Amino acid sequence: MLGYVIQRLIQAALVMLAMSALVFAGVYAIGNPIDVLISPDATQDIREAAIQHYGLDRPLLEQYLIFLGRLLQGDLGKSFVLNIPVLELVLSRLPATLELALASVFIGAFIGIPLGIYAGYRPHGLLSRGIMAVSVLGFSVPTFWVGLILILTFAVNLDWLPAGDRGPTVEVFGVGWSFLTWEGLQFLALPALNLSLFKLAMMIRLSRAGTREVMLSDTVKFARAAGLSEYTILRRHVLRLISIPLVTVFGLEFGSTLAFAVVTETIFSWPGVGKLIIDSITSLDRPVMVGYLVLVAFLFVTINLVVDLSYALLDPRLRRGGRAA
Amino acid sequence: MSATLGAFWRDYRENWVAVVALLVVFIVVAAALLAPWIAPQDPYDLANLELADARRPPGHVGSGGYVHLLGTDAQGRDLLSAILYGLRISLQMGIAAGAVAMAIGAMLGILAAHAGGTLESAIMRVVDLQLSFPAILLALVLVAVLGQGKVPLIIALVTAQYAYFARTAYGAASAERQKDYVESARATPLPGYRVVFRHILPNCLPPLIVVGTVQVANAIALEATLSFLGLGLPPTEPSLGMLIANGFQYMMNGRTWISVYPGIALIVLIVSINVVGDQLRDQFNPRLRR
Repeated sequence: MLGYVIQRLIQAALVMLAMSALVFAGVYAIGNPIDVLISPDATQDIREAAIQHYGLDRPLLEQYLIFLGRLLQGDLGKSFVLNIPVLELVLSRLPATLELALASVFIGAFIGIPLGIYAGYRPHGLLSRGIMAVSVLGFSVPTFWVGLILILTFAVNLDWLPAGDRGPTVEVFGVGWSFLTWEGLQFLALPALNLSLFKLAMMIRLSRAGTREVMLSDTVKFARAAGLSEYTILRRHVLRLISIPLVTVFGLEFGSTLAFAVVTETIFSWPGVGKLIIDSITSLDRPVMVGYLVLVAFLFVTINLVVDLSYALLDPRLRRGGRAA
Repeated sequence: MSATLGAFWRDYRENWVAVVALLVVFIVVAAALLAPWIAPQDPYDLANLELADARRPPGHVGSGGYVHLLGTDAQGRDLLSAILYGLRISLQMGIAAGAVAMAIGAMLGILAAHAGGTLESAIMRVVDLQLSFPAILLALVLVAVLGQGKVPLIIALVTAQYAYFARTAYGAASAERQKDYVESARATPLPGYRVVFRHILPNCLPPLIVVGTVQVANAIALEATLSFLGLGLPPTEPSLGMLIANGFQYMMNGRTWISVYPGIALIVLIVSINVVGDQLRDQFNPRLRR
C-alpha cells in the first residue's frame, strides 16, 4: 500500500510540474501585458521601468523558473490591477466558491442517487421515464440558461428567493459562511440548485445504470431468497455495489463543479473565485489568471489522488496491482 | 452500402422521439441556411435598426411596416431575424469546431493506438490530463489570450474538445488492432498509412460519429456560454448566447422575450442534437442489439 501511495504522489507531482509549465506558457506567451498596465501615452522610460519591474524583459524560461521558485514557496505573485498577493486574493474568494460547490454536489448526490436507484429499480415506470427526461434536460441545457430561468421564476415572478450577491454570512474561523443562517441559506439556494443540475443528471444516469446491472446479479437473488425486504436490498446491497463508480465521479465532478461555478457565479453575482477569474480575464490580469489556473490544477491533481487512494481502500485488488484500472 | 443504410433507418424509425428530433435538426439547419431569404430583416445591417423600435413586445408593428413576431431587442433588431442569423453563427461554430476537433482527435488517437510504445503513452498521457481538466476553463483562458473573433473561438473550442475524440478513437483503434484482419493487413507490404486509412479508420467511425454529434451540441453550448460571459464573438454579429446575455438585464423588469426566445431556440437545437446522438449511440452499441 505504501509503495502505491508513493508512486501516486510522484505521478501527481510530475503532472503538477507539467501543468504549471503549460499554464505559464499559455498565459504568458501570447499578448503583451504591459499595454494593459500603463497608459498608452507613457514615455519610453516609464514603459521600460515597468517592464523591468515586472520582470517581463527576461527570457521566457527564466521568467518561468522564477515563477516556479516562487510557486514552491507559495508565492503566486501580485495582481497587476489590485496590487494584492494572488494567493491572498484567491483564498479570500475561495470559501464562497467552495460553499457553493459543496452545496451543489450534495444536492446532486442526495437527490440524484435515490432518483437514479428508483429509475433503475423500475426502469419502465412512468415516474422513471420522467426522471430520465429530467436528466436528459440537465445534460443538454446550458447552465447559464437554467440560471436565468431560475432567477426569472423564483426571484422575479414568484419572489420567493433572493438572487444576486451572497447575503449575510456568519464568521467561523475568520471565514464567512452562508449556510449557517436561514437568510444565508436562501441566498445560497438558487445558485446551488443551478450549479447542481448537471451533477444531478449525471448521478441519476450513473446510479440508474448501476442499479439495473446489480438488480440482475446473484447477490440480489440470494438476498431476496433470504427474505430481505426490497428496501433493505436496495440500501444494503445495491447502494454499496454501485458506490465505487459514484465515488470516482463524485470526486472528479467536484473539480469540474468548481470550474462551472464561473458561469453560475457570474449570473448570480456570487463573490467567489469564478467571478474573480472572469474579472481578471477582462482586465488581462495575468498573475491572477496564472495563479487561479495553477490552484485549480493543484485541486484537480489532489482530487484525482484522493479518488485513486480511496479506490485502493475500497477495492483491495488495486493495492497490489499498483495501477488503477 | 445503401442496404445497410436502409436497415439502419428502419431501426432508427422505431424511436419516434429520435425521428422528431432529427426532423427538428433538419428544420433548424434549413432555417439557418435560408436565413438571408426568410428573415424579415438583416439584423447585422445597422442602417436597418431604429431605436424607436427597441424592446417592443412580440406582435408589435415596427417602423419597417411588418409585424415583429417575436418582438425586438435592445438595439431595435427584429428578434426573429436575429435568432435565425444567430443560429447560423452557432451552427457554424459548432460544426466547424466539431469537425476540426474530430479530425485532430481521431488522428492522434489512431496514431497512438497504431504506433504504440513511447508515442502512445505520450499522446494518451496528455489526452488524459486534458480530460481531467474542465473544458470550459480551458476555452475561457484560450479566448482570453487569443482575443475575440471566429478563428480564436474555434481554436479554443477545438482545444477544449479534441481530447474526447482522441480517447474514443484510441479505444476503438486499440480494439481493432487486436483483430486478425489488421494483423494480416500489417503483415502485407502495404504502407502503414494505408492500413490505417483503409482498415482501421472505417471501423472506428461509428463511435466517432456518436461522439461527434454530441460534441457539436457541446460546442454550441460552450460557444453560447462564452458569448454569454462576454468572451465569445464581437457584439456586432450576435450569436444566440450574446442575444440572451443582452436581454438578461431587461428580464428583471418583465421584458422577458429578449432572452427567452433565443434561449428556446438554443435549447431546442441542443436537445434535439443530443437526442439524435443518443439514438445513434444505442444503435451502434452491439450490447443493446436484439
